[in-house]
Amino acid sequence: MSAIPAPFMRSLKSALVAPPPAHQPNESRVADEPPLYVRAKAPEWLPRVLAPLIGFGLFLAFWEALSKAGGQLPDPLSTWHSAMDVFSNPFYKKGPNDQGIGWNVLTSLGRVGIGFGAAAAVGIPLGFMIGRFRFLSDMAAPIVSILKPVSPLAWLPIGLMVFKAANPAAIYVIFVCSLWPMIVNTAVGVRQIPQDYLNVARVLNLSEWKVFTRILFPAVLPYMITGVRLSIGVAWLVIVAAEMLTGGVGIGFWVWDEWNNLNVQHIIIAIFTVGIVGLALEQLMMLLARRFSYDDGRQS
Amino acid sequence: MSDKYLEIDQVSMVFDTKKGPFCALQGINLEIRAGEFVSLIGHSGCGKSTLLNIVAGLLRPSAGNILLAEREIRGPGPDRGVVFQNHSLLPWLTCFENVYLAAERVFASTEDKVRMRERTARALEMVHLEHAMHKYPHEVSGGMKQRVGIARALSMEPKILLLDEPFGALDALTRAHLQDELMRIVAPGANSAGSTVLMVTHDVDEAVLLSDRVVMMTNGPAATIGEIIEIDLPRPRQRLALASTPRYMALRAALLEFLYHKQMREAA
Repeated sequence: MSAIPAPFMRSLKSALVAPPPAHQPNESRVADEPPLYVRAKAPEWLPRVLAPLIGFGLFLAFWEALSKAGGQLPDPLSTWHSAMDVFSNPFYKKGPNDQGIGWNVLTSLGRVGIGFGAAAAVGIPLGFMIGRFRFLSDMAAPIVSILKPVSPLAWLPIGLMVFKAANPAAIYVIFVCSLWPMIVNTAVGVRQIPQDYLNVARVLNLSEWKVFTRILFPAVLPYMITGVRLSIGVAWLVIVAAEMLTGGVGIGFWVWDEWNNLNVQHIIIAIFTVGIVGLALEQLMMLLARRFSYDDGRQS
Repeated sequence: MSDKYLEIDQVSMVFDTKKGPFCALQGINLEIRAGEFVSLIGHSGCGKSTLLNIVAGLLRPSAGNILLAEREIRGPGPDRGVVFQNHSLLPWLTCFENVYLAAERVFASTEDKVRMRERTARALEMVHLEHAMHKYPHEVSGGMKQRVGIARALSMEPKILLLDEPFGALDALTRAHLQDELMRIVAPGANSAGSTVLMVTHDVDEAVLLSDRVVMMTNGPAATIGEIIEIDLPRPRQRLALASTPRYMALRAALLEFLYHKQMREAA
């Protein structure tokens, strides 16, 4: 249930955030010839601001039309009012199953954080070893290849069986789904290290520790961060589905709860909240990636 | 000290390829004296870089062995300073840190950090890079990167410098400038006997200008040493003054004769 919308959501998102095509100046005119007239040019930033606004506008119009056409879809304005209401008091607690949206989001983020952190602690060293030693790579490849395409939710029953509780089972699902991108990207990063750098390590005859801290780790870091970014994206997708199944507090369970209450406005609010939090996580990771990427600066 | 500082004895190199064994080098014998500057020249693919990599310890020869200061070379080591064609600086370290990494490798057991930093700074001063030493490699020009590469090799105070087409990727003017600097750096000075250098090149002028001897290699497969020319031009050498002397031109002609007449490649 989570695997199908994932690529769709990504492509939709990229369609929404893709920059508009660059304005092409008219270059057909011969340079010496004096211009007959100068075409008035709109400022460069205008289409870049306008395009997303138009996108949102069309999106809202489509939504409005859809809700007017009948069915039970609430219109944008009533959803907005409902959202104002929900976000006016995000941190209330009225018992275990009735808490503010702030608590729900934070609880979900907490689960993602723990599962994801554990996956990083296991996956990154494992990826290093798999990338560095051919034998380990050959050993791990079939297992990783088989388990990687499995929907993380398929692991949930096993988690429930082992932990006999919903919360650790959900965290465990996050752990499993975060693990693969981390292992694979780190291993690829280790394998992609240019031979030049390894030759430097060899001619200097550096110790294994120096090779790791001065060459392997910095060279692999950008790949590792890519793995982390993909993992956290998948984890955030999966937590909603996992919480729907396990219950308790969390944004996923909140969605399910509001479905049972037939409060569709709240479901839509939850969808946007999940999207915005996911976007924020992604941007945070991009920031991190930029901070740690190095400029190779070679002339090929 | 023995006359033979570096001794290459019957070295052969056979690579296993998909099409079967490929003999790159066959029966190489070469002796280099301490303080001597020897160039390896030949057409591309003749195995000159392979030979350099064997001396560097990056490759193990299929047969034969190599002695450096009467010790057998069994693998890479900091007693040989290698300068790669593509500079091979680590992009996440500054120029200073790149050189320090090498200095630290050799001197960490005997010296404290202050001394090693001084060493690093000295090596960078030798190549006139004191003003750019805290920049990252991508912030400096190609010629400067190659200087850092040379400084890195020098900072280890190696027994021999191994240069693999060190200026091959640079433009002609920068190359000439760096050649002059290299001549100055490796020349015998007041407190040094001069560096022992083995350089791979395909530039005839570079070989004549810098070398005491030029080793010309035949074309592969099974490349070997074709001729060795003694470059008996007096030192210090001046690029401009030399260029018009008959002796320089004769040596240059001899190299070209070997490369383009005796070892002409079939049109590729």
